[in-house]
Amino acid sequence: MSNETAAITRHRAFSVARVFAITTNTLTELTRLKVFYVLLIFALLLIGSSIFMARLTFQQEFQILKDVSLGAMSIFTSLLAIVATARLIPQDLEDRTVYTILAKPVPRFEYIVGKLTGVLLLLAISTLVMSAMFLAVLYIREQAVLHETLRQMSAAPREQIDDALRAVRSSALNIDIFPGIVIIYLKACLLAALTLFVSTFATTNIFTIVVMVFIYFIGHLQATAREYWLQEHSTGWITHSFLALVALIFPDLQTFNLVDDIVVGAAIPLGLFAKTAVLGIFYTTIYTLLATFVFYGKEL
Amino acid sequence: MMRFAYHAAALRRSVLVLAMVLAFGVMKLPGERALFVQHRQLHFRGVEFNLDLREQLGQLGFIAALSGFRSIVADVLFIQAHVAWERTEWSRVLLLFRQVTTLQPRAILFWDMAAWHMAWNASVAAMNDRTQPRLALRVKAQREYFALGKDFLERGIKNNPEKPQLYETLARLYKEKYKDHASASEFFAKAAALPGAPGYEKRFAAYELSYCEGREREAYQRLRQLYDAGENERLPTLITRLKFLEQKLNIAQDQRIPDEGR
Repeated sequence: MSNETAAITRHRAFSVARVFAITTNTLTELTRLKVFYVLLIFALLLIGSSIFMARLTFQQEFQILKDVSLGAMSIFTSLLAIVATARLIPQDLEDRTVYTILAKPVPRFEYIVGKLTGVLLLLAISTLVMSAMFLAVLYIREQAVLHETLRQMSAAPREQIDDALRAVRSSALNIDIFPGIVIIYLKACLLAALTLFVSTFATTNIFTIVVMVFIYFIGHLQATAREYWLQEHSTGWITHSFLALVALIFPDLQTFNLVDDIVVGAAIPLGLFAKTAVLGIFYTTIYTLLATFVFYGKEL
Repeated sequence: MMRFAYHAAALRRSVLVLAMVLAFGVMKLPGERALFVQHRQLHFRGVEFNLDLREQLGQLGFIAALSGFRSIVADVLFIQAHVAWERTEWSRVLLLFRQVTTLQPRAILFWDMAAWHMAWNASVAAMNDRTQPRLALRVKAQREYFALGKDFLERGIKNNPEKPQLYETLARLYKEKYKDHASASEFFAKAAALPGAPGYEKRFAAYELSYCEGREREAYQRLRQLYDAGENERLPTLITRLKFLEQKLNIAQDQRIPDEGR
């Protein structure tokens, strides 16, 4: 057997090592981007400044702190997902890196998966950094309020002090915040996969970003359109078809906004969390497959 | 010819992609609907994005709320309401709290604050309004603010039927503002029946009932039940009300509770 034949037989249809190489390169490339740091610093500043935002009663203060911090995490991870992914393929085409990669025996599927995994890792790092900042701010404020409560109630009976401290603790950190953060991350993953799909047929990254901004808004209204369509109101066929298209084409982004209810103390059942997570993973997988399909047909 | 073939292939591929997107849309629909129904059952997504909300929020607020930031918009409006309260601009407080509670109907705190501002603060301000010399009109304004507070609480309860806090606030409103002890007792009892309610709700329901003409026997039985439940329930107000009812109902001496210190 010649060396050439041996090399061909050794070549696998799918290689984790190749995907890993593309992923690490993409991640390195993205972490060198200024926009990543600008977005992250803005998010951290917003989360950090929420400590000074509203000094009302402790319940109000904690609610506003959580709202602002989780809102900042949601908007910045979504923005980062769109901005970072939109430039991946156009940039590689412009730099001609994609030709170098695909000239080697690297299937296009691996290229797409590697690129997307790089973005997802970047999003995971950003989410972790923002979560750490948010939890630190919440902990600092909780401790300050606990000390203040203890000082104010020093003369009160032990039972009353315990009740007050319990009330402060339950208003500050609740365990449902963590599934909420995971869902924020999954929403960003979905947006990244969808952006990658759009960027496979877009010509510039500006076009991709603009389209994604529209999709972002429509996605938050998709549930309203879907329910209106499925309830079969007596509208004309044009409206009916339009609503059906909106419901079928766009993802329901409102499903991923659990934090709005978590901050007001709603408990998220495990079943609901699992279903939302599965839906998020399902969307991400499908959009990745669609991106791969379009990318295979692209003339390079 | 080559060019035509290339365009035809591209068109075929685009149609195929669109068909795949639509097929995926059909596949995802049951999952999305199931989650939507579960959200509704859990009272999530209590906000209807319609023209009323658009008019209330203004264009920017509406867009922000549409993009999944309704809780932040609600917080900003809440802080504005707080500032309006400090300036005693009651109409603005009312308007802002209507927007806040529309955006975040699951936040007990917002309903509670809205009701407190209307029924306790604005109503007192209306009664002390020096620009209005006629007492009848001041009383009328005061009653209107009570009603606004009550309306906030009733709508808050409708949106959060499983939480005891708003039932308690409504009971306090009936007790302190309307002097309606029967309704106060009813709402304290409703709060007491819900999970997570403080232990005093049951006592308060019985206290309020003890002030209701014609319901003394029922109140006595409830208070006695609490008294018999143990030392923790034998608080000064409970003993005072129980003794008052024993006197009023002519309870036999051997069935009465012992005097304190005996």
